[in-house]
This record gives sequence, structure tokens and C-alpha cells, in this order.
Amino acid sequence: MTSAAPQLTLGPVLYNWPAEKRRDFYFRIADEAPIDVVYIGEITCSKRAPFFSPYIPEVCERLEAAGKEVVLSTLALVMSRRERKELNELASESPRPIEANDLSAINLLRHKKHVIGPFVNVYNEGTLEHFYESGASRVVLSCELPSTSVAQLGKAANGRELEVQTFGRLPLALSARCYHARSHNLTKDGCQYVCELNPDGMDVRTLDGTPFLAVNGTQTMSYTMNSLLGELDHLKEVGITHFRLWPHDMDMVEVAHLFRNVLDNPEDSKKSLGLLQEIVTIAPLSNGFFHSTEGFRMVE
Amino acid sequence: MELVCPAGTPSALNAALKAGADVVYVGFRDETNARNFPGLNFSPDELKVAVAQAHSMSRQVYVAINTYPEAGNLPPWHRAVDIAADIGVDAVIMADIGLLDYTARHHPQLRRHLSVQASASNPEAINFYRATFDIQRVVLPRVLTVREIAELTGEVEVETEVFAFGGMCVMAEGRCSLSSYITGKSPNMNGVCSPASHVGYEQRGQKLVSKLGDFTINAYPDGEAAGYPTLCKGRFIGQDSDPSYLFEEPTSLNVMALLPELIKTGVKALKIEGRQRGKAYVAQVVSSYRRAIDAVLRGDALPDSNLGSITEGARSTAGAYQKNWR
Repeated sequence: MTSAAPQLTLGPVLYNWPAEKRRDFYFRIADEAPIDVVYIGEITCSKRAPFFSPYIPEVCERLEAAGKEVVLSTLALVMSRRERKELNELASESPRPIEANDLSAINLLRHKKHVIGPFVNVYNEGTLEHFYESGASRVVLSCELPSTSVAQLGKAANGRELEVQTFGRLPLALSARCYHARSHNLTKDGCQYVCELNPDGMDVRTLDGTPFLAVNGTQTMSYTMNSLLGELDHLKEVGITHFRLWPHDMDMVEVAHLFRNVLDNPEDSKKSLGLLQEIVTIAPLSNGFFHSTEGFRMVE
Repeated sequence: MELVCPAGTPSALNAALKAGADVVYVGFRDETNARNFPGLNFSPDELKVAVAQAHSMSRQVYVAINTYPEAGNLPPWHRAVDIAADIGVDAVIMADIGLLDYTARHHPQLRRHLSVQASASNPEAINFYRATFDIQRVVLPRVLTVREIAELTGEVEVETEVFAFGGMCVMAEGRCSLSSYITGKSPNMNGVCSPASHVGYEQRGQKLVSKLGDFTINAYPDGEAAGYPTLCKGRFIGQDSDPSYLFEEPTSLNVMALLPELIKTGVKALKIEGRQRGKAYVAQVVSSYRRAIDAVLRGDALPDSNLGSITEGARSTAGAYQKNWR
């Protein structure tokens, strides 16, 4: 429906990776990945932010020099005075577009290019229209929407930019409590940054050992790895313009190539899905939300 | 200080009013509210009677229309708002921006409260809703400490309402897709979490296992009372091999001990959770809180309350209201 080329995007790193690892990751993305838009910023826990902040300027410059659009993402659950102040500074001073992951920045962003992130609830055309009207250039949809809703929203977007999460563990829930710390018998204040131990999140199993969820600090993730690789062509047809990959501790350049290839050559989707399954070894793939069933399921 | 109490049935509404509720909040019998359980909630006719009854006692009725309308299917939610306005309810409680927009445009006189499902956790977010949709009150997410509530209440231009008692989400409300990941049914879209339709119990040797969909949530040795398998309140295996209540224990929120402190924060209303509860439960919780609030406001000591027996797992917590919960 849309004439512009589909855009591949890279969401912010949701996990606590060491700052240098994060920097090197983005340098490689800049140099090698067929990605159009890169979102950067700490959205999970404000305690982690200071470590990577000093690297952000050089990372942005490298990505932009490679022709990529850089968007700065904001924290998803904003509570403390410090968090509010930091958000305020980012929204008012950043020369780059902002992805708002909670509504606190929205008034500051009215006259600035911005994206409504996936942590803001957009379930229907009424809400979608409100955000476009107040100046959002793009809206990223929540992960639990079924294909029927995505299609309705694509129709309502009518050529305006709309993004769907197409790869990676899905951020399912946010909390004031840190479950990573709790699992180490620590509290959030004295967390010792134990979330750094699990670069793709900490697997959570049931009492009988069945994989269940994954924990990333204050965030609870799907255990399975969402993949809409097989649904990309359908998504394009219903008006989705941007396709998000969530960064994981694996060969994301290769993952990006697979998605780029299927966006450009839909007939390769089956073969590419097989290749993706070989790269993703941490958990099975899933696409249940999109197919109106339990999120953890994979519908062929 | 307003005491806002739940009712899932006309008889629970009676019980709440009788026990001293200032306000009773209810929902329609469909997917427009976050307690869309079988056999629960109000028809438009029942709501009309309820509002007349409450108003005759100089009390109020709020209506929760607080799920997120389905794309391409907005009429059920719009109709719910229209009916609530026609009946003359005292406020509607809503979370979705599109629905707030509809209500502000079509029923500007209908008082709007921001549901906890909107997860507005700071003054900037709350003031956005105030400026854009003229909300009069915000129900605060259960993520803030008492100190943060006091600061926030001083900084916003609307009334604040906080949860005092009942079931407790450990996740930021309205921003949780755990239930739909495991069962396909979500609070935001279907008005349910860990729905009864997906609950099962299974005897395995000496243990009774509780399940939600395909997943084991907890196991109880013979003789131990089995709880409802709410998915974030089960025992799971995380960092080490020992199972633990990784997210939260099966427990209820009870702020009774913090009541004097909480009242001092300047919040306008205290809310009891539990539209799915029976009238006996509602009567007991509401009357305990009525007595306690009245005592604190008189400057008396907190009276004894015996709510321990009706809390989940006979346990209670002050949850996020205390910083060490985090």
C-alpha cells in the first residue's frame, strides 16, 4: 500500500550490557547492518543509564555517518525526581528525535519530531489519531496486538509511519520492583547490578522445569523469541512501514540481513525462517500474539 | 477523605453502601471494564437503580470503562460512555486516550477519572491528561512509595486516589501482557488476568499442582490450602535451582498500618479493590476501613481490624508504598 521502501529499525538495547560492549555493538551495526533507524537509550532502569551515557555522542555520530536515522528512547516507567529531571533535559535539549515511552515527555515534544514508543498503549484508531495529531511522526505498536488490530491501525495510519515489533524477546511487563535483584536476595537500591549477568535476560522456569518467562531487571520478558519474519509481507500490505528488531546477544547483523532480505524478497521467507532458527539458539521462536492466540505459541 | 468501594453485583453495592462507602464503583457486563468476569457487573437498568439508590443516600457511583477499546470496534466502549452519561453517574474511570478524547468531546460535563490502568506515575504524565482531557482525578499506579505519593499529590492539579486494600498487581497496571502471553486473554483487551477459564488443579503424588493454561504456577503438599494461580504470584525457578516466589508472594495489599501517614499525603480518596468479591467480603473490608478512617480523622488510634482472614494466602503487604518492597 505504501510506496516508500519498508524501513528496518533496531530498538534500544533492553538489557544491561557493559558500556564498551554496547558501544562496539553499535559500531558494528553502523558499519555492517542493513538497518535504517536505530533507537538508543536506557528504557528499563535509570540506574543503568550513567554507564553508557558518555558513549552516546560518538555512537550517534558513527550511526549517522553511516546514513542511519538515530532516535533517542526514553525510560518507560518514570517515577523519581531524578528520572523526571533527566527526561526533561533529554526532551528539551536533544537535537535528535525522541521516542517517548511514557506520557511524561509528551508536552515537551509537541513541537519536536517524535515517535510514540511501544510502552505507550495504542490499541485503537482513536488513540493513534490523537498521537499523530499532536505531532508524532511515527507510532510503535504494543506487542500483544492481534493481526486484526494491526490491520485496522494500518488502515487508519493511511500512509503515516507505523512500526511493529518483529524480532526478539517481547517486553511484557514493567514494575517498580527489580526481580533480578529479588532473585539474588537483594533489593533494587542495593542491586549490585546483577542484571548484567544475563545479556538476554534471566530465564524463568516453572516448578517442573518448563521455560516460562525471562526477567530483565524491573522488566519481565517473553521466554520465547518473537519472530514475524514469516508475516512481513502481510504487515507491509496492511500499511506497516517500520519493522523493529530488539537487540540480543547474538549476530544481529545477520538477523538484520535476513529481515532485510525478506522485506525486499518475500518469496525467501520460508528459507530465511529456517536460517533464523539456526541463529536463535536461546529459545524457540513465537508469533502467537499476532495470530490471536497465546503469545508464546508459534503458528506456522 | 473519600472511601471508594467495589461492587460486582447489586447486592454487593447494597453491602458497600450499608458499610459506609462514600462511593461505589462498578462496571458494565462486558469487555469494557477490567473485571469482565462471568456472572459479574451491571446492566444499564441495574446501574440506573444503583445510581438512584446511592444518590438517595447522598453517596456516589463511579463507572469503570477502563479497558482499551479494540481497533475497528469502538462502538461498545462509546455506547458504555453514552449510557453512563445518560444515567447520570458521578464519574467515569477510563484509561484509553481515544476514549478519553471521545468522552471529552461528546460528554464534556461527565466527570472523568484516570484509571490505574493508564499507569500515570508522575506529575508530567498526569498533567498531560489534565491539560488534554480535563481529568479531575487520577488513580495512582501501585508503584509509588508513600513519600512519592505525597510529593506527587502536591504537584498535580487533580485529585489523587490510591489503592488501600485487595488484590495487588506487582506490575505497573495497564502495561502488562503476561496474562495474554500465557493464556491469550489480557487485562487491557479482555478485562481479565489469569482467567478462571484457564485454571486447572492436578493431583501429582503427594502434591496438588495449580496450573494456568499449559504452565504450572504452584504446588501444594497435601493438607496445605491451594491458592488461585495468578501467574505473577506463583513459585518459579530463576537464578538458582531453588523455587521461590520470584515476582510476589500470594498476598493482598493492606495499607491499614500506614493509614495515618497516607491520609497526611493529601490524597482525596482510598480505593478498595475487588469487584469480583462477594457481598460479605465487601461489607467486612468496607466497614473496617470506614471505622479506621473515621478514627484517624478524629485523631484516635487505629482500631483493631480483623482483615487477616480474608487476605490472599492470609497474608498482606504494604507493597510498593514501602520503599524496601522494590
